[in-house]
Amino acid sequence: MTELTVNGRKTRFDGDPAMPLLWFLRDELELTGTKYGCGLGLCGACTVHLNGEAVRSCLTAMKAAAGKSVTTIEGLAQNGDHPVQKAWEAVNAPQCGYCQTGQIMQAAALLKKKPKPNDQEILEAMEGNLCRCGTYQRIRQAIKLAAGVES
Amino acid sequence: MIEVVEISRRGFLGRIFSAGAIVIGAPLVPEVRAAGPAAGDGAWQPSVYLGIEPDGAVKIVAHRSEMGTGCRTCLPMILADELEADWSRVTIVQALGDPKYGSQNTDGSCSVRDFYEALRKAGATGRTMLEQAAAAKWGVAPESCKGRQHFVVEASSGRKAAYGELVPLALSLTPPDANKLRFKTPAEFRYIGKPMPVTDLHDLVTGKGTFGIDARMPGMVYAAIARPPVLGGTLKSLEDAAAKQVQGVQQVVKLEEAKPPYGFKALGGAAVVAGNSWAALQGRNKLKVEWNASEHAEYESAAYKKTLLETAGKPGRVAREKGDVEAEFGKGGKIHEATYYTPMLAHAPMEPPAAVAEFKDGKVVAWAATQNPQAVQQTVAAAVGIKPEDVQCHVTLLGGGFGRKSKPDYVAEAALISKQVGKPVKIVWSREDDLLFDYYHSPAAMYLKAAVDERGMPKAWLQRSVFPPIAMLFSADEQYGGFQLGMGWTDIPYAIPNLRVENGPAKAHVRIGWLRSVSNIYHAFAVQSFTDELAAAAGRDRLEYLLELIGPTRTLDLQKEGLKGGPPADPRFPIDTGRLRKVIELVAQKSGWANRKPAKGRALGIAAHRSFFSYIAAVVDLEVNGSGEVKISRVDIAVDAGRIINPDRVKSQFEGAAVFGTSVALMGEVTVAGGRVQETNFDGYPVARMSEAPVETRIHLVESDAPPAGVGEPGVPPMAPAICNAIFAATGKRIRELPVKKQLA
Repeated sequence: MTELTVNGRKTRFDGDPAMPLLWFLRDELELTGTKYGCGLGLCGACTVHLNGEAVRSCLTAMKAAAGKSVTTIEGLAQNGDHPVQKAWEAVNAPQCGYCQTGQIMQAAALLKKKPKPNDQEILEAMEGNLCRCGTYQRIRQAIKLAAGVES
Repeated sequence: MIEVVEISRRGFLGRIFSAGAIVIGAPLVPEVRAAGPAAGDGAWQPSVYLGIEPDGAVKIVAHRSEMGTGCRTCLPMILADELEADWSRVTIVQALGDPKYGSQNTDGSCSVRDFYEALRKAGATGRTMLEQAAAAKWGVAPESCKGRQHFVVEASSGRKAAYGELVPLALSLTPPDANKLRFKTPAEFRYIGKPMPVTDLHDLVTGKGTFGIDARMPGMVYAAIARPPVLGGTLKSLEDAAAKQVQGVQQVVKLEEAKPPYGFKALGGAAVVAGNSWAALQGRNKLKVEWNASEHAEYESAAYKKTLLETAGKPGRVAREKGDVEAEFGKGGKIHEATYYTPMLAHAPMEPPAAVAEFKDGKVVAWAATQNPQAVQQTVAAAVGIKPEDVQCHVTLLGGGFGRKSKPDYVAEAALISKQVGKPVKIVWSREDDLLFDYYHSPAAMYLKAAVDERGMPKAWLQRSVFPPIAMLFSADEQYGGFQLGMGWTDIPYAIPNLRVENGPAKAHVRIGWLRSVSNIYHAFAVQSFTDELAAAAGRDRLEYLLELIGPTRTLDLQKEGLKGGPPADPRFPIDTGRLRKVIELVAQKSGWANRKPAKGRALGIAAHRSFFSYIAAVVDLEVNGSGEVKISRVDIAVDAGRIINPDRVKSQFEGAAVFGTSVALMGEVTVAGGRVQETNFDGYPVARMSEAPVETRIHLVESDAPPAGVGEPGVPPMAPAICNAIFAATGKRIRELPVKKQLA
């Protein structure tokens, strides 16, 4: 039995403890805002916060999440109005939108650690998050807007 | 947000509108009728619906798929504008797959292009009906009543009536003559031409958007398939004991292998059915499968490349001929030749193919991330042996498409497994499945030859391309390019007295499909690279040379310019060299081309290409460092796509195309050994990350009253040649083969 907290609610799982957190969130809890993209930590679509740190949920086994607190895109802000989400909307960042929840979770974790990141810090934080539509320019713009740094 | 919760609901269209609503279909000539029992019964064949409810709510049915282009927002904008609807009172409802809408195949950059006029007519019809109703109510001339933001207003008296309250009266009046509608002038446009956020924006940033992979049906199970790794392979033996030991695995079922022509058929194999995605994938990995050999097991991409290049060196079928190329070549003088090669590519949308389907009582209900719900109906019906109309296809949001999700093999898989297990099935495609079982963008070889005069201008030009064609999907032995030759090859817009365009044969050994901008990718690469080579050989400025090669402003009639066969030209979209010249001049000005100062390792490169009826020119500013890494600091793209509906979304499409084109140019390559694709994830098949993408992309839109043309695809083709031309200017190294990374390593 694995016990963990997801978006502030205690939850449990009695399946394979080796199962990645990603599939628990998506298939068991129906929190489908966290996306599958590669299964190997290569694309960042599945990014969630584990005890406040951005992690790839496709590589985080359930047993590694035991006793910890998970935040998904659904739990990032009560009304979907986290400063990063608001900035994302202000610059119309998404195209298809599929990778954007992972991008937002990654960016939110960055700004928590470094409220005023420079270009290099943004690049390093976001390098693991792929966007096949090619929205990187607006993602960078949105992060700067949320951080209140010069574009 | 697309609702997927009430999956059992039927009579979908009938539920959209209440019985008292005006429902307007928008085929080429709009028809009008009251909603009610007959609505959506197929009695008439509209392609789009507009409904105005008695409470004033306006509902627009989006019949095309949203994969990031913004069409789910931009098509309703057109209609709402002409209707004079208040955008905040418009609800967008996603259509089911149904031939009554006309084509729903969201592909070929044609959603706005093909429906702009029809949507305006539908909107104008609705507004006119409401204006007539107000006139009747007040006993005044209809001309004095004007629709304004959900009200009809009489200018002289200032009185006004809400759209909703006029609906019952409007319904009792004779609909206006479709040929006598009053359309808004461009100056009166309220939404068209204005940047508008997409309707799904908030859902997309909060994780509420429902993609194919997110769709659920009550009681559904999950399935992952071991497919024949070589096209045409069949199951020899299957050992599933270990798979069945995996916690959560329920059963293993066999699926019949597809036979050529492969079309959109499910490939077949062995499916592991489980209680969640992870168990299905784990179980699939534990299957021990042996496959019978297929004729395609001999396919090696390195040897295949050699064959394509050899074929490109031999005479092929002539697709366009003007003057006498051979006579000119025979005169001697300066001859320039070059051969180009581009590798096989995969689509790799961030969301792999995804669907859930239930076969029950001889019918199928599916929820799918699909670009083509009608192809889902046909493909699923053929697979499970029912009629297309007995397949109900709900379209979710698509996590990228790029052409992959026009081919619904994965939906057929879900339906076939559901038929066997008697439950709804979600088909689980891993990234490995996506890359190993794609409909690949074909590899291509291009040979070009020119005889030039003393100024370096071509007197004769021969170009020949060779690639396994998309037509192999439908006619397994087809080896010639067919319609794909019209994509940047036979339509070359240069003013050259002697010109010949050829195509050589190539047999396909994997499924070939269309990928964002299709053959324009390799054709533009060859033509725009060769143009740059000729300019360099002549010591001329590239941009000035390109303009001279395009020649004076004129309309190009390919039939008179030696085109052999091919479909008749679309009269709405003549090839206008003036528009091509204009985007080149615009991009030159915006990029600072004339004042550029090439430094060692850093330079600008230019390319221009017309595709999907849009005229595009791109200038890339890049640096090549000592280790051969390419850093693109800036891209300027000038775009003439005719009338623009939503400039923000058009700009975003070209920003994205700059990144997609960068992936194509710098890093994309799928290889094959023993008939099996070798790249299995984003490590082997990289796509541009933030650090590899252009740092800044500036889009310059030409204001135009010309009919709207494509925007989703045409930004891609100029990127690879612009990048390679810049690399040549920066380093002196000419790239004739993609990907660049392999050449500069």
